[in-house]
Amino acid sequence: MLGNKALARGLYEAGVSVVSSYPGTPSTEVTEEIAKYDEVYCEWAPNEKVAMEVAFGASLAGKRSFCAMKHVGLNVAADPLFTCSYTGVNGGMVICVADDPGMHSSQNEQDSRHHAVASKVPMLEPSDSEEAYRFAKKAFEISEEYDTPVIIKMCTRIAHSQSVVETSERKEPEQKPYIKNIAKYVMMPAYAIKRHPVVEERMNKLKDLAEDGEFNRIEKGDKSLGIITSSTCYQYAKEVFGDKACILKLGMVNPLPEKLILDFAASVDKLVIIEELDPVIENHCKQLGLEVSGKDIFPVEGEFSQNLIAQKLGVKEPTFTSLDETMPVRPPVMCAGCPHRGLFYVLSKNKCTVLGDIGCYTLGAVAPLSAMEMTLCMGASISSIHGFNKALGEESEGKTVAVIGDSTFMHSGMTGLANIAYNQSNSTVIILDNSITGMTGHQQNPTTGYNIKGDPAGKIDLEALCKAMGFNRIAVVDPYDLAECDRVLKEELKAKEPSVIISRRPCALLKYVKHNPPLKADEKNCTGCKSCMRLGCPAISIKNKKAVIDNTLCVGCGVCMQLCKFDALKLQEVK
Amino acid sequence: MTKNIMIVGVGGQGTLLASKILGQLMLSEGYDVKVSEVHGMSQRGGSVVTYVRFGEKVYSPIIDKGEADFIIAFEQLEAARYVEYLKADGRIITNTQQIDPMPVITGAAEYPENLIESMKNKGINVDAFDCLALANEAGSSKAVNIVLMGRVSKYFDIPVEKWEKAVEECVPAKFLELNKKAFKLGRG
Repeated sequence: MLGNKALARGLYEAGVSVVSSYPGTPSTEVTEEIAKYDEVYCEWAPNEKVAMEVAFGASLAGKRSFCAMKHVGLNVAADPLFTCSYTGVNGGMVICVADDPGMHSSQNEQDSRHHAVASKVPMLEPSDSEEAYRFAKKAFEISEEYDTPVIIKMCTRIAHSQSVVETSERKEPEQKPYIKNIAKYVMMPAYAIKRHPVVEERMNKLKDLAEDGEFNRIEKGDKSLGIITSSTCYQYAKEVFGDKACILKLGMVNPLPEKLILDFAASVDKLVIIEELDPVIENHCKQLGLEVSGKDIFPVEGEFSQNLIAQKLGVKEPTFTSLDETMPVRPPVMCAGCPHRGLFYVLSKNKCTVLGDIGCYTLGAVAPLSAMEMTLCMGASISSIHGFNKALGEESEGKTVAVIGDSTFMHSGMTGLANIAYNQSNSTVIILDNSITGMTGHQQNPTTGYNIKGDPAGKIDLEALCKAMGFNRIAVVDPYDLAECDRVLKEELKAKEPSVIISRRPCALLKYVKHNPPLKADEKNCTGCKSCMRLGCPAISIKNKKAVIDNTLCVGCGVCMQLCKFDALKLQEVK
Repeated sequence: MTKNIMIVGVGGQGTLLASKILGQLMLSEGYDVKVSEVHGMSQRGGSVVTYVRFGEKVYSPIIDKGEADFIIAFEQLEAARYVEYLKADGRIITNTQQIDPMPVITGAAEYPENLIESMKNKGINVDAFDCLALANEAGSSKAVNIVLMGRVSKYFDIPVEKWEKAVEECVPAKFLELNKKAFKLGRG
């Protein structure tokens, strides 16, 4: 069972009632799996802050609640997190955060354990699917017993690895009534001051839980080496050492135990901390006065592996054969027929400065389009273009655009747009509306008209929303129509007021999208001018100086046809 | 002893289905199994890797350099890219299909020639064949993954019926006949 699915199963069996999340790799499948259980109310929220507050509200009402997000999502939700640590919970509240060491699909590789430490919230860290399942159930018990939200920290290798899990049945928890309690739940200074000592006391009590072995265990082995580790690093260490080292395996990483670590340290000759990203466990050990090895030998960056651990600790690694050839890299690309491609081609052709955002369209930065110059975090395109234009004025206004997807716009683009409307910069914002949250694998969002289960839901009208904010210039274009995109872009850049262009066409991978037959390349007409190659479409290549279409990839979108001056790319009749 | 199978290919080629079938099969054989995959950004036509490990007790979810007993490659260049992950006596089973990566399409790089020969010259066990042709013969270019599974099944001492059952459990019912044919063609 996939780690994320196992976590979902554990939550379900523990009687979770309300789930609200925003998708983010590698956390997305937890919520998608829970949505399959009819006993649970489950939704996609517009962003992680909203999701966590929904979960908090359900907890306040007395139900067991849950929200999931990726590591950077927890930054967005940090505001409610830090203060619901003070209020505590009524029904159990569990938060899943999934880190992405190695940045398989993220813009940074921050270590979420810092959030747990800073917000004074307990954090459990499973090391395989079975633990994800078991910890999910335990997390609700801890949450209710200690009156605190509980974070479960996943990472790519735990979230997206499958291992064996034995499941059981759902048990409905005892119903807790909602009881008005102003001093506990209204966090204004007078009440919050009284809650802070409660938080400190709670963390002290939780330390006892960290000491006594339910989550943290010692695996005996050769005493010449002691390893303290958690998560996927535990698995790598076991792979390398088996029982040739003593291992203190941590399943609770906040708070960290003290006596357990000191006793363990005393029982071994040498102590090594193996943890990905930052030296959280290592610094804790050093504070306890222990002499340990950690980031002096292991990197702070990237993912670990069994060979890395073997190499750093002087164990022989396996040998292998290498080839002499240099292999060209194979980076991810926009799919054939991707509606973003046409728009980015037009931006590239007009030599626009493009401030980008987070989504599939971030691939617009890659050659040959190379039409994106900035990507920071969710929503930053719109807020940043305002700052960029305020700083440069007319120098940038006529050639700079912000591009943002529909889901990212709902997530945190709206507030940036409100700032443009309010503080009036002459900015051009392009919303790439492909009618889905694409990069994370097709999740619905507030603009699509469907909910997580695929049933009809409320639908936010982007044009009406922008109009209500006070934008006079709102244009809608089809990104497959290059001439029209070019005309509208030029017009809106020229305009002396803020404008929004909505580039609308559904993602080519959506099941309901009908495709044309693949285009046919006419060898006689093709001069080998390579104009079509400027699109960076994976379905077109040049063989023997002529354009060739890959029939298994081409969806007949016809964008390349519009670039061919020699009528060498042709639509085929629908049979 | 833990056995390691790496599945490599291009995002969108159906590598995840292959790992699902292998995982299911090894589980039904009574092994402890770990399957590890990566979702998200890398799936968009990029190089994708899935690890399948099985044995009495499996710890690490990933396979490292010099550890793979088998590399199942959906594309030549991807087979060559991960050669270093192969054990000294391991085997590469690869589709001979070539899919140009974007740097080759744009002319920034060249697709290396004679990769399969190069691998063989280094003493690597390579079983290379045209899966795409066999998949098309079975009725769909998308059946490349099942053709490969057919070929892989020859190297395991597991009855063919069990392989067929695992395929049946993992593919949609309406494509079952097509996939059964693809499996048979792959197994040869």
